[in-house]
Amino acid sequence: MIKFRNVLALFATLAAINASSATEQSIVLASTTSVEASGLLANILPQFTAKSGITVNVVAQGTGKALDTARRGDADLLLVHDPEAEQHFMDEGHGSTRRQIAWNDFIIVGPSADPAHVKGGNDSVAALKAIASAQAPFVSRGDKSGTNAAELRLWKLAGQTPDALKEKWYRDIGGGMGQALNAASAMEAYTLSDRGTWLSFKNKGSLTVAIEGDPRLINRYDVIELNPRKHAGAKLAAAKVFADWLVSSEGQQAIGAYQMHGQKLFNPSANSPK
Amino acid sequence: MLLSASFTPGRKSTITISELHNFLEIVALSISVSLAATAAATAISFPVGTALAIFPFPGRRVVVVLINAFFGLPPVVIGLVLYLALSRSGPLGSLALLFTPTAMVIAQTILAIPIITALVHRASERAWARYGDELAIDGATRLQAIPQILMIIRAELVTAVLAGFGRTVSEVGAVILVGGNIRGLTRTMTTAIALQTSEGDLSLALALGAVLVGISVSVSATVFALAGRARTAGNDEV
Repeated sequence: MIKFRNVLALFATLAAINASSATEQSIVLASTTSVEASGLLANILPQFTAKSGITVNVVAQGTGKALDTARRGDADLLLVHDPEAEQHFMDEGHGSTRRQIAWNDFIIVGPSADPAHVKGGNDSVAALKAIASAQAPFVSRGDKSGTNAAELRLWKLAGQTPDALKEKWYRDIGGGMGQALNAASAMEAYTLSDRGTWLSFKNKGSLTVAIEGDPRLINRYDVIELNPRKHAGAKLAAAKVFADWLVSSEGQQAIGAYQMHGQKLFNPSANSPK
Repeated sequence: MLLSASFTPGRKSTITISELHNFLEIVALSISVSLAATAAATAISFPVGTALAIFPFPGRRVVVVLINAFFGLPPVVIGLVLYLALSRSGPLGSLALLFTPTAMVIAQTILAIPIITALVHRASERAWARYGDELAIDGATRLQAIPQILMIIRAELVTAVLAGFGRTVSEVGAVILVGGNIRGLTRTMTTAIALQTSEGDLSLALALGAVLVGISVSVSATVFALAGRARTAGNDEV
């Protein structure tokens, strides 16, 4: 008797849970941690859903992981920021269209004590060289995210190949942007951050912006629709509605209007890709 | 949702109504997912745990040891295996369950089954040793004895179910992988704490943590108190 009642309770609960998600159309957007953590998506998605009736379920991962999720067929649409990895994804035939929706910039943040004496400049590569020669602690995402990829490109330009296993000052944390900022804050370390996550981050401690304004620090966000020949199971029609909305004047306006502490976090760029 | 309806708006507070709504939604989702998982695990574990005590078969000892060993199954590994199974390119992909609450229920059910089964088995073994002969004299077959044994150990069953619930509600590794931590759909207390910590919003993370600790501690305290009563009751019957 106990068993029977429990089974009934189980079905009732499952039905209740599924009822809330099955009534409306929904897509899975595999996205980067930065657009989620910065609050952008939470801000613009209600506007889109109100208009289209489509719910966008955001799975926030690093760009590398998001692309893998889509490769396996577990996402309907991508919003990512690693040009090289995206090109690779397109070359493999997984994507159909790739459109830039916005850009902002990366910054190097570091402890206010500034042990590597890099604060105030705009040359990111020279700053990394200084950090390496001072052996000042540096936190790397180490998670194959777009920011991690950008960081590794900068290290290459700086002529350095820091190896987390050999260099004690280089700390590969294998985590999201927020985790990296938490770690940098706790370790008094430098790290590369996207501006959106930095501005919305609430546990900065002694961290301040050290380097900004380097043209090499531009951070581009693209929406990628999937190739129907490889991903027939994905909800491509609904995904296209959202992708089209993001580049439409309405979507672009919503992106540009999003502010944090009076600062614009994302510059809409569908019409003039950077 | 039910919980948010009981909130009276208009009172001055540092959090907005929509934030409170999100907060309650997360708490409600956590609890309903864990309840569903506990119920599913219970439906399986009760008969299996008792049957293991009653029916002798070759290799029974090995099965019992394995179930007890799975007590400490690493959730993140369960999550990973289930993720690959439920992925659209995996064997169960056509069910389209990845990144849904149902996927989280399945993961938590797998985690709760060994705990509930092991606790039910231990209690059943004691009850069977004590009352097995009587039940046989009354003419009950071993299969018919299962509900009777369950009835005898009902106090321990409550303990087992609560222990299973405690395991599921406080788990993060498996549900974040198969649920995806989707706002408003699969964001539970544990995954929200992980997210808010990563956003540096430690005060909100702590608030959710306090609710979670409250639930987990009261469940554990209830388990402990009931276990004490069950022992006392058992001694009285001797």
